[in-house]
Amino acid sequence: MPKTDALQGSLDLLVLKILSRRPQLHGYAIMAAIANTSGEVLRAEEGSLYPALHRMEEAGWIRAEWIKKDTGRRARIYELTAAGKKQLGMEESRWQSVSLAINRVLREA
Amino acid sequence: MSLWSRISNAVQGERLNREIDEELQSHVEEAIASGRDPREAHHAFGSTLRAREASHSVRVAGWLESLLADVRFGWRQLCRNKVTSVAAVLSLALGIGSCVAAFRLIDALLWRPLPISNSGDLYVLSHKETGFDGKPLEDDHWATPDFNLMRDAVKDQADLIAISEAERTDITWSTDDDVEKAHVAYVSGNMFPLFGLEPELGRLLVTADDRAPGAAPYAVLSWDYWNHRFGRDPRVLGRPLHVGDQNFQIIGVGPRDFTGVEKGTVSDIFLPLSMNRAVTEESMPWHRIFLMVKPGVNPATALEPLRQHLSAVNRAFGSACSTCFRGETQADINRYLNQKLVLSPAGAGISALQKEYRRLLVVLGLLAGLVLLIACVNVGNMMTAQAAARSQEMALRISIGAGRRRLVQLILSQSALLALLASVLGALFAAWSAPFVLSLINPPDNPARLALSADWRVLLFGFGLIVLIVLLLGLLPALRASAVRPVVALKGGEDPYSPRRLMRGAIALQVAFCFLTLFLSSLFVVSFQRLQNRPLGFSTDRLLLLETVAGKGQSSVVWSQTAEALRAAPGVDSVAISGWPLLGRIRINSDVSINGAPPSPTPAFFLNVSPGWFSTMKIPLVSGRDLRPEDASPGAVIVNETFVKTYFPGQDPIGHTFARGTNQPLNTIVGVTRDVPDHDLREPNLAVFYVPINEVDDKSAPKTVDFATFVIHTDTRNPLALADSLRQLIAQRHNGLRVSNVTTQLDLVRDQTIRERLIAMLAAFFAAVALLLAGIGLYAVLNYSVLQRRREIGIRMAMGSPRASIVRVVTLDVFVMIALGGCTGVALGFGAARYVQSLFYQVKATDADMIALPTCAILLTALVATFPAVLRALRTDPTEILRAE
Repeated sequence: MPKTDALQGSLDLLVLKILSRRPQLHGYAIMAAIANTSGEVLRAEEGSLYPALHRMEEAGWIRAEWIKKDTGRRARIYELTAAGKKQLGMEESRWQSVSLAINRVLREA
Repeated sequence: MSLWSRISNAVQGERLNREIDEELQSHVEEAIASGRDPREAHHAFGSTLRAREASHSVRVAGWLESLLADVRFGWRQLCRNKVTSVAAVLSLALGIGSCVAAFRLIDALLWRPLPISNSGDLYVLSHKETGFDGKPLEDDHWATPDFNLMRDAVKDQADLIAISEAERTDITWSTDDDVEKAHVAYVSGNMFPLFGLEPELGRLLVTADDRAPGAAPYAVLSWDYWNHRFGRDPRVLGRPLHVGDQNFQIIGVGPRDFTGVEKGTVSDIFLPLSMNRAVTEESMPWHRIFLMVKPGVNPATALEPLRQHLSAVNRAFGSACSTCFRGETQADINRYLNQKLVLSPAGAGISALQKEYRRLLVVLGLLAGLVLLIACVNVGNMMTAQAAARSQEMALRISIGAGRRRLVQLILSQSALLALLASVLGALFAAWSAPFVLSLINPPDNPARLALSADWRVLLFGFGLIVLIVLLLGLLPALRASAVRPVVALKGGEDPYSPRRLMRGAIALQVAFCFLTLFLSSLFVVSFQRLQNRPLGFSTDRLLLLETVAGKGQSSVVWSQTAEALRAAPGVDSVAISGWPLLGRIRINSDVSINGAPPSPTPAFFLNVSPGWFSTMKIPLVSGRDLRPEDASPGAVIVNETFVKTYFPGQDPIGHTFARGTNQPLNTIVGVTRDVPDHDLREPNLAVFYVPINEVDDKSAPKTVDFATFVIHTDTRNPLALADSLRQLIAQRHNGLRVSNVTTQLDLVRDQTIRERLIAMLAAFFAAVALLLAGIGLYAVLNYSVLQRRREIGIRMAMGSPRASIVRVVTLDVFVMIALGGCTGVALGFGAARYVQSLFYQVKATDADMIALPTCAILLTALVATFPAVLRALRTDPTEILRAE
């Protein structure tokens, strides 16, 4: 099975979902979580993850803060905001309806 | 929140980039720590630069960041040419500051609505008629009985309010010895309620206070007076106040901003109209009438019927008035009855100051605006030259993909930077200069007072000015620069003439503005000089004037005895008495009837004087004798030469008689004096007769004198040094005489020319600035043009062109532009001069020397300004130029 980055438009949904389950992750951990939970099928392209995170931060869905890691370096960790929870709900239901529609097409066409 | 973070990120762009880099870096490290191959991790991540750019653009306000970059770049440009930038900022600051100051004055005096409710519904009632001198006359003073009739007649559609001018009056708070001055206004009781004013303390006057003459001895203080005289002491309520021989009681303090309806004067004390003795006088116009339409009445349609109604009532009042026209000719009565009533908007207040200074302030605004325009043209030229020098840079920017909008923004931000710096300095200048100019209006002992608040009106004006300047300065160079065609510019072959054409046009504009400024200024300065140098015909040297009052009147004997006592005081040379001082504010006319004929249509003016007054004032007698102590009025009179010319042309008037009206006792002319200006320096001399200070009535009983002025010739250079001791001397005699005002004859003459002095001073200042700026502008343009044409000049020289022709090539078009601008300036000047003609004294815009003066000044400036550039052109070394090119 080829590793797909066909996350077209669903990267936001995945990031929000991950953050809703496990708050306070840094970028690499979010990427790793997407890969792990999808059984290594979905892979966010590492370079495009950060602009997406920053865009969602500007939109107010997620909130970031710097923490000090054990190594002495700083890491930027993210968590969901109230607006982000609402957005997640909307994205989830949109995804549900789209995938339902696609399934129906696959079944009946 | 988000917008704010994007704005703050834009300001701290570098820090943001570092943070993004750090985060990306930590990602890769995390990847390596989790056991991935470093090379693979880096490779998988892709270009960090691209990721950073993408994040950066998400997290900053892009427009702001580019704007900031442009401002920084503009600042560096300004710093590169420090001298020109400082000159530009200073000249713009002067222009902006002058404009804002002029606006503040004009707005405060003429436009700003009174701090009352419904100020837009307030009108003032005046009447227009033909004066006795045949000139049209507009006056807004009315008799109270007339006011009462008119008020009752229109009470369904409108309210009429009577308000007197705030007169500078002697008042007493405790004992009779502590007399002070305060501005006292009499108002009808409906004023405070109709204006929607609430008391700060106690109560205000109400309609009930109007019910009967003398029935409401109450006084209301203005907040301003309460503040500076009583330090806002609430115990002021109930305090007694003496005005003349009347006693009042303080009942309240008005609201904070309200200082009366008279712009330029702050009313200190408001008294009920009914308390003034003039309220019952039918023939004594003494207060203004304001009209406020009732709520729900549309002024646009209701005003004209109201005016006609009032007109009819007023005419009926005049016809029925038995005392109004006693002894007047039918022609005079008709003239009065045929007066036309006028209702003018009065929401911004009404005052003599407005009338007197309206044109002056408009001229001031015009001059300030012209100086600002000249400064703008200068700076605009500077920026055009700089933009031309940067055309290669612009071409490069376009070649690598800069949008035109971005280039316009680049240059506009530089001009905005200039304008902002200048406006900060300009605001400081305006904050100082507006009160300074205001303090020069009116004599120092009774200065004009206006609220010069820096509120949103001023801010809005200032902001509009800045936008205008930014566009004026930057738009043209910006559009030119952004229209650069890269290929042509990079080849270095752009049309070298086009910026110069623009700058030459600017020169013509600048010269036109400069000429206009100089032209108006020289008219004002010459007016002032001629007015000041007008021969007076009397001496002002060492003359002290004690304006003295006697509360209940005193016989002329007592006045003479007091003069005698003053004469004996040390330092006093001579003392005389006159009813009022020459060139003071009083003038009273009188009919002149010769041989029992009806009074002549031209009235004469009179002044009561004591014997020795002419010698004290050093006014020479042409023939006849001075008045003697035993002379009384009616009886002996002395007349001036204009009186003789008017009433006894070609005759020796000594021994002739005239009466002051039909069926009045006769006066015999005993002497003739030279003409002196008696009331207004600007007016030609009028017919004046001088009567003895001791007047007798029909039964030869002496009349009392209520007020007169002691004219004291002292032997010190500063006569005011004696004022206190002489005032004491009069007070110690306890004969009811009290000095009300101290001044000198010199000050009275000076006060006559205050307005002319002010406008001449300001105009001269603006003219000097305009000339300086125009000179600098000319120098800069010519210098630039010579620098740009040095190739052409070098070639001309190499081909043997004589020096004279080089000079001609360099300067010809500039002088053509100067001539063009000068002609435009003359045309503008004539137009402007017609508007301000009333401010001139014995000068006409068409006088040859009035045009020659500014022309010479501009030509001289042009010669001085072009000299360095011409010298530079002549010093061009052709071999060097040709080698370099």
